[in-house]
Amino acid sequence: MLSVSGLTMRFGGLKAVDDLSFEASANDITAVIGPNGAGKTTVFNCITGFYRPTSGSIELTHADGRSFPLHRMPGHRIAARAKVARTFQNIRLFAGMTVLENLLVAQHNTLMAATGFGVMAVLGLGRYRAAEAAGIDKARFWLDAINLTARADDPAGALPYGAQRRLEIARAMCIDPVLLCLDEPAAGLNPRESEELNQLLLRIRDLGCSLLLIEHDMGVVMRISDHIVVLDHGKKISDGTPAEIRADPAVIAAYLGEGEEDEVPA
Amino acid sequence: MTALRDAFLSAAVALGLFGPMVGLVTVSSDHGLFLRPRPIAVAVVVGLVFFGRLLMLTWRGRNRAEATRANRAFAERITRAGKYVTPVLLLAALALPFSGSRYYVDLGTLVLTYIMLGWGLNIVVGLAGLLDLGYVAFYAVGAYSYALLATTYDLGFWTCLPLAGILAGCAGVTLGFPVLRLRGDYLAIVTLGFGEIIRIVLNNWVSLTNGPNGITGIPRPTLFGLRFSMDGGEGTFAGFFNLEPATIQRVIFLYYVILGLALLTNWVSLRLRRMPLGRAWEALREDEVACRSLGINVRNTKLTAFGIGAMFGGFAGAFFATRQAFISPESFTFIESATVLAIVVLGGLGSQLGVALAAIVMVGGLEALRDFLSFLGDQMGSELFSGIASELPLYRMLIFGLALVVMMVLRPRGLVSGRTPGVSMTAPKEIDAELVAQGRS
Repeated sequence: MLSVSGLTMRFGGLKAVDDLSFEASANDITAVIGPNGAGKTTVFNCITGFYRPTSGSIELTHADGRSFPLHRMPGHRIAARAKVARTFQNIRLFAGMTVLENLLVAQHNTLMAATGFGVMAVLGLGRYRAAEAAGIDKARFWLDAINLTARADDPAGALPYGAQRRLEIARAMCIDPVLLCLDEPAAGLNPRESEELNQLLLRIRDLGCSLLLIEHDMGVVMRISDHIVVLDHGKKISDGTPAEIRADPAVIAAYLGEGEEDEVPA
Repeated sequence: MTALRDAFLSAAVALGLFGPMVGLVTVSSDHGLFLRPRPIAVAVVVGLVFFGRLLMLTWRGRNRAEATRANRAFAERITRAGKYVTPVLLLAALALPFSGSRYYVDLGTLVLTYIMLGWGLNIVVGLAGLLDLGYVAFYAVGAYSYALLATTYDLGFWTCLPLAGILAGCAGVTLGFPVLRLRGDYLAIVTLGFGEIIRIVLNNWVSLTNGPNGITGIPRPTLFGLRFSMDGGEGTFAGFFNLEPATIQRVIFLYYVILGLALLTNWVSLRLRRMPLGRAWEALREDEVACRSLGINVRNTKLTAFGIGAMFGGFAGAFFATRQAFISPESFTFIESATVLAIVVLGGLGSQLGVALAAIVMVGGLEALRDFLSFLGDQMGSELFSGIASELPLYRMLIFGLALVVMMVLRPRGLVSGRTPGVSMTAPKEIDAELVAQGRS
């Protein structure tokens, strides 16, 4: 469903991503891994429209056959039309707004259309009330899924770190994405929390949303991914199932350094 | 002991500062301009600084944690009191004309104009977090739109009011288009420039605006077609109701017009805050990048905030024009933008009640202080007080600045900080101001 081909991103003289091609299939969890500075986040930023790639194409095909050229679409449309949602490496919640408000902002486009673009709703007309109730129901569904229903009316900035991570995922899910891109969702989580995260991600996949995942926590990656893409210095060095990746000498070399003469490759 | 030394130091600085500013007055006589020293006034000011500093240091000498707690308790009390303050203020505003004093009604009209401007700017600065230093531009566009439409096409106030608002809104969107790519300080500087450009255009486009001479004879508003003229004849307010024609009738009418307009501004912004649009504005203030990742069209959302804020500025401008019956570019200088922004910041970004309170204090409070001092002067026959009273307008900006500094130290998030969410599952809880962003991403 997501097809990246020949993607190159240059920053001045630096080639952050170099002629990268990979596929992510529908209803799969695809992990993008690689050492720090491999260009993973840059790939994400290209897919979600925050960067415009120097060359190459990114095509997203929905289940109904509609196709979106993500490399040419403006950033906000990628979320609104192509339904690609993302989270950020450093959490970007609306800290001064409540948990519920965070989830409602994510449904902005749907709710806005229901207000007759603001005019009708100010006058108290239109079907806004019903739309808002539906929006709150959807928010409640995701709050239940991430165990935060009790804190719906607390400011997002006051939540503990792990809960903020989960809330960011729930917020992204509120735009009804077909592809959810997660940038290091397990960073800073304790083992119990990252196990909960695994369950949440598997549940999201079972609801029919594909996932693209950047992660350093190999426990998470190996357990839940269906497909792994390994980057190093902006180039793809390996691509396959978790079992294949684990056995690939190129991956081991990239992660542990080139094997010395007297070292036995792990 | 250190407190004493510190207080002495402050007093010395005050002496250096206020010595020339307060201590010397220029007096013109037949032989030219003379400098007259005023040692007593300087002594009073320096003494105030000395004891003020001493008091402050002793107060602060208490447990620091206790002081923080006291501050928080104060904030909570204000929030709780807010529930009662609003209806009381509204009733007072409705009842003010019954005092029958022209002075108070005029003052009330002035304060309400600033409240309305503050609420309009609050949409842009407080909700959307776009620092706009050129708000007066839209006030000017509204005022000139009404003045020109009314004098050229002979249209009435109520026809022109929406037109003036729409034109100002369009000006907001047009100006907003190029500048809204900028953020924070850069945006502030460019809007400041636009504010000045509008004023300079008004000053120099003589064929349209009559330049620095301004526009005179702007028609007054009517009440369902009834004019407020002094002849008391057919078709006038006084004639229709068989009253003695009096200026106060028009003054009171104008007061209720601006009260209505201000309440409209308040109603719309309160309403919008509970709508997706208002929530998107606040989300923009919190995190623009996240908004974009959620499919919100950042540019259009900012433009709506800019446009709607400008529209209310335009309404206020049209009112200003009809009230004064004369406008010139001089009324739309940067200081107006700064005053309105100061009101919004002092009141607490995003807080409707705070803005109203700040406008009352900043605009009405100063007048009241002058009133009080001249009253004191008359009563005691003391030249000192009446002297201060007559000079007070000169110190307006000084007092303004002082108030701002004091506020920044004591309540950096404004009089009424904190934010009440527009939607909630159970009971809405106040959000601590510490968590709320100020739109400087």
